[in-house]
Amino acid sequence: MTDTQATAAVPSKAPSADREPLLRVTDLKRHFPITKGVLRRQHGAVRAVDGISFSVLPGETLGVVGESGCGKSTMGRLVTRLDEPTGGKVEFEGTDITHLSTGRMRPLRKDIQIIFQDPYSSLNPRHTVGTIVGAPFRLQKVATEGGVKKAVQELLELCGLSPEHYNRYPHEFSGGQRQRIGIARALALRPKMIVADEPVSALDVSIQAQVVNLLDDLQKELGLTYLIIAHDLSVVRHVSDRVAVMYLGKIVEIADRDSLYAAPTHPYTVALMSAVPVPDPRRKERRERILLTGDVPSPINPPSGCRFRTRCWKAQDICASQEPPLVELRPGHQSACHFPENTGA
Amino acid sequence: MTDQKLIPEQDRKAPEAFLSVRDLRIHFDTDDGLVRSVDGVSFDLAPGKTLGIVGESGSGKSVTSLGIMGLHRSKRARISGEIWLEGEELVSADPDRVRQLRGRKMAMIFQDPLTAMHPYYTVGQQIIEAYRVHHPAASKKEAKVRAVEMLDRVGIPQPDRRVDDYPHQFSGGMRQRAMIAMALVNDPSLLIADEPTTALDVTVQAQILDLIRDLQQEFGSAVIIITHDLGVVAELADDILVMYGGKCIERGPATTLFDAPEHPYTWGLLGSMPRLDRDLQERLIPVRGTPPSLINVPSGCAFHPRCPYAELTGGRSSSELPVLVEAGPGHHAACHLPTADRHRIFADEIAPRL
Amino acid sequence: MFAYIIRRTFAALVLLLVVSAVTFGIFFLLPRLAGETTDQLAAQYIGKNPTPDAIIAVKRNLGFDQPLYIQYGRFLKTLVAGANYKFGPDPVTCHVPCFGYSFKNHLEVWPEIRSRIPVTFSLAIGAAVLWLLSGVATGVVSALRPKSFFDRTAMGVALAGVSLPIFFTGALLLSLFSYQFPILDNVHYVNFTDDPLMWARNLILPWISLAFLYSALYARLTRAGMLETMSEDYIRTARAKGMTERAVVVKHGLRSALTPILTIFGMDLGLLLGGAVITEQVFSFQGIGFFAVSAISDNDLPKILGVTLVAAFFIVLCNLLVDLLYAAVDPRVRLS
Repeated sequence: MTDTQATAAVPSKAPSADREPLLRVTDLKRHFPITKGVLRRQHGAVRAVDGISFSVLPGETLGVVGESGCGKSTMGRLVTRLDEPTGGKVEFEGTDITHLSTGRMRPLRKDIQIIFQDPYSSLNPRHTVGTIVGAPFRLQKVATEGGVKKAVQELLELCGLSPEHYNRYPHEFSGGQRQRIGIARALALRPKMIVADEPVSALDVSIQAQVVNLLDDLQKELGLTYLIIAHDLSVVRHVSDRVAVMYLGKIVEIADRDSLYAAPTHPYTVALMSAVPVPDPRRKERRERILLTGDVPSPINPPSGCRFRTRCWKAQDICASQEPPLVELRPGHQSACHFPENTGA
Repeated sequence: MTDQKLIPEQDRKAPEAFLSVRDLRIHFDTDDGLVRSVDGVSFDLAPGKTLGIVGESGSGKSVTSLGIMGLHRSKRARISGEIWLEGEELVSADPDRVRQLRGRKMAMIFQDPLTAMHPYYTVGQQIIEAYRVHHPAASKKEAKVRAVEMLDRVGIPQPDRRVDDYPHQFSGGMRQRAMIAMALVNDPSLLIADEPTTALDVTVQAQILDLIRDLQQEFGSAVIIITHDLGVVAELADDILVMYGGKCIERGPATTLFDAPEHPYTWGLLGSMPRLDRDLQERLIPVRGTPPSLINVPSGCAFHPRCPYAELTGGRSSSELPVLVEAGPGHHAACHLPTADRHRIFADEIAPRL
Repeated sequence: MFAYIIRRTFAALVLLLVVSAVTFGIFFLLPRLAGETTDQLAAQYIGKNPTPDAIIAVKRNLGFDQPLYIQYGRFLKTLVAGANYKFGPDPVTCHVPCFGYSFKNHLEVWPEIRSRIPVTFSLAIGAAVLWLLSGVATGVVSALRPKSFFDRTAMGVALAGVSLPIFFTGALLLSLFSYQFPILDNVHYVNFTDDPLMWARNLILPWISLAFLYSALYARLTRAGMLETMSEDYIRTARAKGMTERAVVVKHGLRSALTPILTIFGMDLGLLLGGAVITEQVFSFQGIGFFAVSAISDNDLPKILGVTLVAAFFIVLCNLLVDLLYAAVDPRVRLS
């Protein structure tokens, strides 16, 4: 393991507010146009991400949870600039990268890397592990001490693979090992920040824990900053310092992990948590589960006012007319609801 | 419905249970070698009860369920053992007899309702088809009435209109509801649900699990739920069967299985999943290594290369196949560790970390 | 759905326009870039020993002295509106669609092409029916019994069919059945309306040689499509319902497996309607393909231009039909 880069001893679990955020997102929007008719005129938009703001401090992990269609993956693609925002601003280390061209973005690619969900389709089957993990060096023309091969082998070891895997092909590996290859590739250029989109959801339970622990170790060792996007609330709870909950393109609640899981304030978060099945057969009798009805509405014509009101058991007239702003209910705990839960009052 | 001539006169006697699987083996001949997907699985299931089969990918859980349904048609599949459904043996039965049972006496729902429905036919047409296969005398009109009734029963709003929609016009949760309607249209006594909620969102998953539970109470059918998610089986199952490398390594009532799991692999599964209902652990305890290849299943206990306690068996774990032994009332585990040792290890080392 | 049809039709028209512009460019712009003068071009219309006066007259008459885009505009206009020319004392009318006059025999191009359409259509459509039936059937049976004796034999024959060119199989059939064993001798085109029996008898050999190539291709495509479809989840669902295997294959398998074949069929048929060049040559059928070859060897520009556009028209038309059929077959196309 080369530990030269790990000099920044990051107090990862205690992000302080006075530090400059590594990533700052302000009122970020991504609308996908919908066209209709003979002339394909735009007559609407899928508001995949519709005005979200948050920031990530160096060394911390922000978890983003939400159901399919809430815009969390689109958000991940926007902050890594794999997609261009329709509106708002993305700043990385104080630099505005919202509309940077591909060429201008390239030097920054070193610092922001992305890990994908599917360890099967995100690795080119015709390339060896060595080529895959070594590609970033070649693309960014980074000189490595002792050559690319040595650097790649060190990365493989760092990610719990054997250096002998250098000449093998992706199909020879299991899902968990492939995800490790994906992580090794992301780490090649010593990024400052890693955006991981559902990094473990395609893996078996016993393997998920291995990868979660690996991400944990790498963060400690290399001082990484994570933005982890996932649908699994328990995984997000385990890996995050702070958690944002998304619903229909908006952040409905964002808080420190412990505060959020101990006392969620947004009804959606409450419902989401109560819906997670727990491996305790006795609980099914005594717990009160909040069962949401119906499906998530379409992001094409999201409900007026609070977007969750159509499925919310606390909805009143005001919820349809006024969109609740994201306000701080407790220190470090923001929620967008007219009638929040667990406020202690 | 007992077809006497199908039951051979040997010592095979129809068991009491509603569904009884005896030493089921399903192997596949492939170019790489013989894949032992299911290698000696036995269990009983009573009417109205739910069995949860838990395992990781490649553990043989889905192959077992498709085997019960008689859906392994490939010439390369070698199936042995016995499957008794209400006194009728299915492995040796005429394939056309099994086909007649499929969809009528036993039905199945699948993981991904989008790919499991034909994109070119309306939801209604597909349910009508399922009904008319087993009710050839029913007119299309009667079948459609029945389809709308089923869609209504599974909670699809405006069923008389949605019946003419195509699957892609339904949301994920609605599609799974429609699949359930299709499976239950002939009022089967056995419903097999293969990862029924894996492709769905949590809030929708909760709805579907509730629906399955309600419908089971209403129709009194026996249910087999197959999943990798211990949380999902805990919601539904009365009994749980844990599979590893094509074998059943632990079987028992849901309550004792979660409170006092017997097999180190089950410990591993429980320890490696983050849980919302417990305090946050600093670190998860993963099971080391990777699931076994089904072509070269490790000798002895298939779990021994990944088992932290394999050395405690004095070499037996790698040489001798462990058999299922009763460790508590109705609770069986296949492990070489002496029961007392296991209980001690669980109490001292595992339980505090869960 | 209505918008879809309109959009597709519009796209097809635009495509035809582009094709016409490109072809026009190739035949009139490229030679000029290569150094051919308008005099030389005009001389081709006159034939042997052109006098300077005649050249000037033709140039003016046909507008060769004007810029190319104006010539293209007029070309399009005559195509859809016809034109009157004054070559000699009497004005000549070129009827719609007017592709102009041949360099060589000074006849209108379109009536010549039109007279050949029945030949090519008889050839192409008959062969298409033959190869669809045999190719798809072979492919389906092969896919249902993969690696069986039938499958291996059929795929072996199919490989041969794909590899052997028509001028080989056609010539072989001809020499066998017309000369060696004269069962089908004196093969020539007879109009369907004149004698349907003779029409079919004389077309059998070309049909077979054309269909052999294509059915080999279609057998392989169908087999691959069917194998893929039969491993789909919805096939498993259909079996889980207790449907008989035959019903599963016919109702659920075939329909999905054949939709992609439709696309390729549209292209192939369109291509053939624009002239089955080699087959027509081998059997000496005076179809569009034969016409095209002779036009090229005569260097008869208006003919080449005309036949190219007619061929393009058939291809675009068939593809348009396929697009519309697709929408009819697949509700996801229709309803999105």
